[in-house]
Amino acid sequence: MNTLRKAWQDLARYPSALAGLAIIAALIALSVYTLIAIPYAEAIRLWRGGEDVWYENPKNAQPAWTNWLPGPDQPETLVLKSAAGEALRTVKAVSGTTDIALTFTFDYAADGFPQELAVYFTSQFVEKQPYVSLAWHTPDGRDIRLGDFSIRQSETFRLSQDEKLTRRLKGLPAEQGLFVVPSEAGAAPAALTPLKGRYELRISGLTFEEGSDLEAEFVLYGQVHGLAGTDHRRRDLMVALLWGTPIALAFGLLASLGTTVTTMVISAVGAWFGGWVDGLIQRVTEVNLILPFLPILIMIGTLYSRSIWLMLGVSILLSIFGGAIKGYRAVFLQIKEAPYIEAARSYGAGAGRIILVYLVPRIIPILIPQLVSVIPTFVFLEASLAVLGLGDPVLPTWGKLIDDARANGALFQGQYYWVLEPAVLLMATGLAFAMVGFALDRVFNPKLRGV
Amino acid sequence: MIQMQLPVNTAVVSAPAEAALLSVRGLHVWFELRRWGFGHAGYVRAVDDVSFDLRQGEAVAIVGESGCGKSSLMRAILGLHRPTRGEVVFRGQTVSAFNARDLRAYRAQVGFVQQDPFGALPPFMTVARILEEPLLINGVKDPAERAARVRKALEEVKLSPVGDFLPKFPHMLSGGQQQRVVIARAMILEPRLIVADEPVSMLDASVRVEILRLLRGLQETHNLAVIYITHDLSTVRYFAERIFVMYAGRLIEKAGVDDLLQTPRHPYTHALLAATSDPDAHNATVFKEVPPGEPPSLVKPPPGCRFHPRCAQAIAGRCDEHVPPEFAPQPGHAVACWLHEGPDAPA
Repeated sequence: MNTLRKAWQDLARYPSALAGLAIIAALIALSVYTLIAIPYAEAIRLWRGGEDVWYENPKNAQPAWTNWLPGPDQPETLVLKSAAGEALRTVKAVSGTTDIALTFTFDYAADGFPQELAVYFTSQFVEKQPYVSLAWHTPDGRDIRLGDFSIRQSETFRLSQDEKLTRRLKGLPAEQGLFVVPSEAGAAPAALTPLKGRYELRISGLTFEEGSDLEAEFVLYGQVHGLAGTDHRRRDLMVALLWGTPIALAFGLLASLGTTVTTMVISAVGAWFGGWVDGLIQRVTEVNLILPFLPILIMIGTLYSRSIWLMLGVSILLSIFGGAIKGYRAVFLQIKEAPYIEAARSYGAGAGRIILVYLVPRIIPILIPQLVSVIPTFVFLEASLAVLGLGDPVLPTWGKLIDDARANGALFQGQYYWVLEPAVLLMATGLAFAMVGFALDRVFNPKLRGV
Repeated sequence: MIQMQLPVNTAVVSAPAEAALLSVRGLHVWFELRRWGFGHAGYVRAVDDVSFDLRQGEAVAIVGESGCGKSSLMRAILGLHRPTRGEVVFRGQTVSAFNARDLRAYRAQVGFVQQDPFGALPPFMTVARILEEPLLINGVKDPAERAARVRKALEEVKLSPVGDFLPKFPHMLSGGQQQRVVIARAMILEPRLIVADEPVSMLDASVRVEILRLLRGLQETHNLAVIYITHDLSTVRYFAERIFVMYAGRLIEKAGVDDLLQTPRHPYTHALLAATSDPDAHNATVFKEVPPGEPPSLVKPPPGCRFHPRCAQAIAGRCDEHVPPEFAPQPGHAVACWLHEGPDAPA
């Protein structure tokens, strides 16, 4: 206990260690939050989900914080649901038919145009489909007819893809034509600006049956979304950023613990028993050091399975017989000759007890910094595998984000945030563990003390 | 007739073994030298044909210079080295034939006090833990009993107040205190035999006497057998009843303390005694005669008596050809030297 407190006091003298610890604490807090806020099953559902889950999100939207940067403000996504009371609803029954009027009102203040416009209808009827007609009311008082059609139980009207509407708007797609300042119509598309003010979307529906009803959801897809932005499948990048944290930490920590501790025990066994046991361990290590690490993982990922836990197991197995075994062995060979080991044998300690109780504690000071410094190596390994297309097919991770970004040419299309966000998190993790590891090395390693 | 004789013979053979607590018979400890990792390149004959008996409660000193095989002999007795030939018999049982459990039981009866007290104590354990380890290993399961025995052992080596020492780490103790902890650890399993390997050579002169007196006191109260290994004859006088002189892997002279110190028989013992310093002003002006040369290589020891190349009295054709057997110029005094062959040997 005293030793621990002493080690902590020594460690606290290094500002870099404190900064590293703060980052690690933040990452851990983030992981805990993630695991509580987005349970595993939910994360998988979200990440594997398609249009059905993410239809309310824009595609490839920048993060909302880009609006803080100088330049035009881009609109955020606006979702208005009549079922949630977000539309003015008037109902009139007239001789067997019912008039249902839904009016969506919103203020538009952005400097850019929305990405897309869509209305999602749901309706109940037995035989006769309800009929709707849509109209657009601009702040300067113009009314634009959008279209009339009958709807099924579930109907999607994508204003942006309606060619008749585009023709009515003089060739401009709906998301521009409905917002543009009238005097600018006909200018080059890049010079257009939207008219700011209060817009209305008026839907008048007719149902022809008793008990028939309809609801509508108006989605104005923005150009920016959330803290992290979205990808090509409308998925919120935040899900992967959040879930990547516990996965990266768990992968790094487990791999590092598994490798370091096993390596230490194996080299202790070799050093203690000597003879053919030591010889075997050393030869296996030498052969393993020559084996190419990444190609073996790629081979397993390609031919067998890309599960992150399998990759973890194989990484540990391949790293156990690494160069560290030689280093530990050198230390153990030295400790083995200490008189207190001979004394322990003389009062009856067996090989297992000598290794675990007498040899291992002496190497802990070397082991702890090693353990911490090795964690980022494995975090990066997981990311590298994902970038090589060998990431876990199910789990959202930082590496997967970079891989998706690469596959979709994010950097050629200016979607820098898609690469930047996971990369920053990866770098922060690496930096934090490296800073703590170096400081621990100074605290525990007598050879670096006082340097 | 034959049937009648057999039990008589067995009784005669086993009688001394039962009387002796420990008997070492024809012990050889050789280490194989390898060439290129696998080729045989001879042996280091660290212990070569050593025999002696030790009674319960008896203290003997094994004296010899560095590299004469004292430590290898000690390790073979502790069961840390397997004898190449010969055997170590403890209370009628051969140590090298023990299985793991018997060996642990045997080691519990033999305490070990090492030369370097700081090295002998694990630096990462407290005194309490250090003393608890032998008890844990030897199956003392009750924590209260362990604590009581730890306290008792510390009181016996006069480290008091006990409570002050229990939580300390070895580096917080002085050399003498460390050696007392080592002795307490050797005593905690209530052994019958203590093997002490130069227990005071690394201590300050002022502490040496106290530690030796402590060991002597423990030996007398517990009726312990003690093997005291040293290169310093001046400390032997106060400690042991018998002295064995070791040279190049062999015991060359065995005798009672007074007998050996007053009438040494072997030329090497003479030289050893002459070289022992006494605090006497007269010594400063006198140059002592020391045998020329170095102790022989243990890989290729000289034929015959191993001391003959350095011996002024060596008999050509005898000492350099034939290994001297043990002669007994008087009862209780054995010497392996051709000079003492037969009744007309020089006194």
